[in-house]
Order: sequence, then C-alpha cells, then structure tokens
Amino acid sequence: MKVSEVAKALGLDVVAGVAGLDREVTGGYSGDLLSDVMARAKPKDLWITIQGHQNIVAVAVLTEVAGVVVSGSVEPERDTLERADREGIPVMRTPLSVFEVAGRLHKLL
Amino acid sequence: MTSVPGAPVLTMSFDIEGRNFKASGEASGRIKRTLEQVGLDWNVVRRAAVVLYEAEMNIVIHAHRGVLRAEISPQKVVIVADDEGPGIPDVSLAMKRGFSTAPAEIREMGFGAGLGLPNIEKHSDQMSIETEVGRGTKVVAVIMVPGGAPDVTPPGATQADAT
Repeated sequence: MKVSEVAKALGLDVVAGVAGLDREVTGGYSGDLLSDVMARAKPKDLWITIQGHQNIVAVAVLTEVAGVVVSGSVEPERDTLERADREGIPVMRTPLSVFEVAGRLHKLL
Repeated sequence: MTSVPGAPVLTMSFDIEGRNFKASGEASGRIKRTLEQVGLDWNVVRRAAVVLYEAEMNIVIHAHRGVLRAEISPQKVVIVADDEGPGIPDVSLAMKRGFSTAPAEIREMGFGAGLGLPNIEKHSDQMSIETEVGRGTKVVAVIMVPGGAPDVTPPGATQADAT
C-alpha cells in the first residue's frame, strides 16, 4: 500500500515530502527514542512518533522508512518540513495518539 | 600498483560540528549512499548506518567538534569518530544501556537514552574507544563484509593486484 493511500485511509494530514507519497508501506514502527528507531525500524515501515524536530528526517532517511506520522497533535517544526521536502520523506500530522495510529495501520495492512 | 588486502579502497571524511542539529545525520546519509553505490550487502549497509548515525550524533551531542570517517574496502567498513570534547571518565559506565550524560533538552528530542555506544557495539564486529578526559574521544568500529576477501594474506600467498 502506498503512503498516500494510508494517509487517506487514516485521515492523516500530509504536511511535507509530497514527492515521496508513492513510497510503499509494508509495516509500522512506533518510537520516540531515536536510537531505538535507528536500530529497529525496517525499510518501508511507517514510523509513528511524537517527535516533531528535524532529526526525525535524518533517521527516516537512514532507516528507509516510508514516511513519518507525527501524532498526538504535535506540530512538526518548520526545519523538519523543509528537510523532509528536500529528502522526499512524507511527514504526516494527526490528532490521533500513537496507539490509535498504530492500531488503525495494523488493521489496514 | 599492488594493493594490500583489507586496505581501504575508498575513504570518506566529514567534519562534524558540536550542537549543530541542523546538519546532523547528513554525513551519515552521504556515507550510507556511497556504501549502497559500491554494492555492499544490504545488511552491512544497515549496520553501518546505525553505527554511523550513533557516532555522528555522539559528536553533535557531546563534543565541540569532530571528524566522522569511513574507510571502505571489499572486506570491511571501518568507521572512525574522532572528536575534541569532554572525553569519557568511565568507559564501562558509558557502555551500559541507559546510562547517559546528555542534558534534558537533548533527551527531550529523543536522544540521550543511553543507547548510542551500546548500539554501536551491537551493530559492529569490533569496537574500540580511546578517550582522555578534557581532550576528546575516538571510537573505532569495524563491520566485516560476509564473504568478502580474507582480511589477512595467508602465509606464502602473494598479494593480489586489485587494479
């Protein structure tokens, strides 16, 4: 399933990295400790987090996740959006909690 | 020209600035892309990415400045993070999962969970730390390439000409 399809199904607001919306999603990972995400997230996972700062983009690039869902109404920082646009990493915003996004994504996949 | 087996065929080096979160992760990303381009095994690239990022972020978080270097050969990837910084007073404590000296504002960003050095150790085949309090820290991590040519020339064997 494509990131764009997941975003639509879960009502996620795409705020950056539109160029990457065709990336494929095959799983998910949730975490806010960047070292943990670096070590455990798999390529094509959708990463669900409450971190909104620009370092999430570097981690997303290195882990090759499909995109990042910034959940719990956290507002991604402007630097994050700029870097995500540059790298083509979709960043999506949602008022849903990490738990709710993960649950819905699991059901969807 | 005769090359020594195990000698790096490609070295990449980046200056890393302490507390510059704007650029953080970019050096790791560029080295990772090169590892992919030279056709290294996906698992080697993945492990190297973890080591590179942790090593780079250790410099950004803890040091004044440093250099992140990768020496790439068909046998192994050697990652060196050499910094000018506070040094590590107790290396065995720093190697413990969960131990961190990172300040609160860094932890709030999801760093400083005490997973950095343990992650480097876990994702490399060899790791060493040289450190001097008040001067700096040098971390060297080696990732072996499975099925890569032997690292040491066997006795009596002539060195292959790789060119």
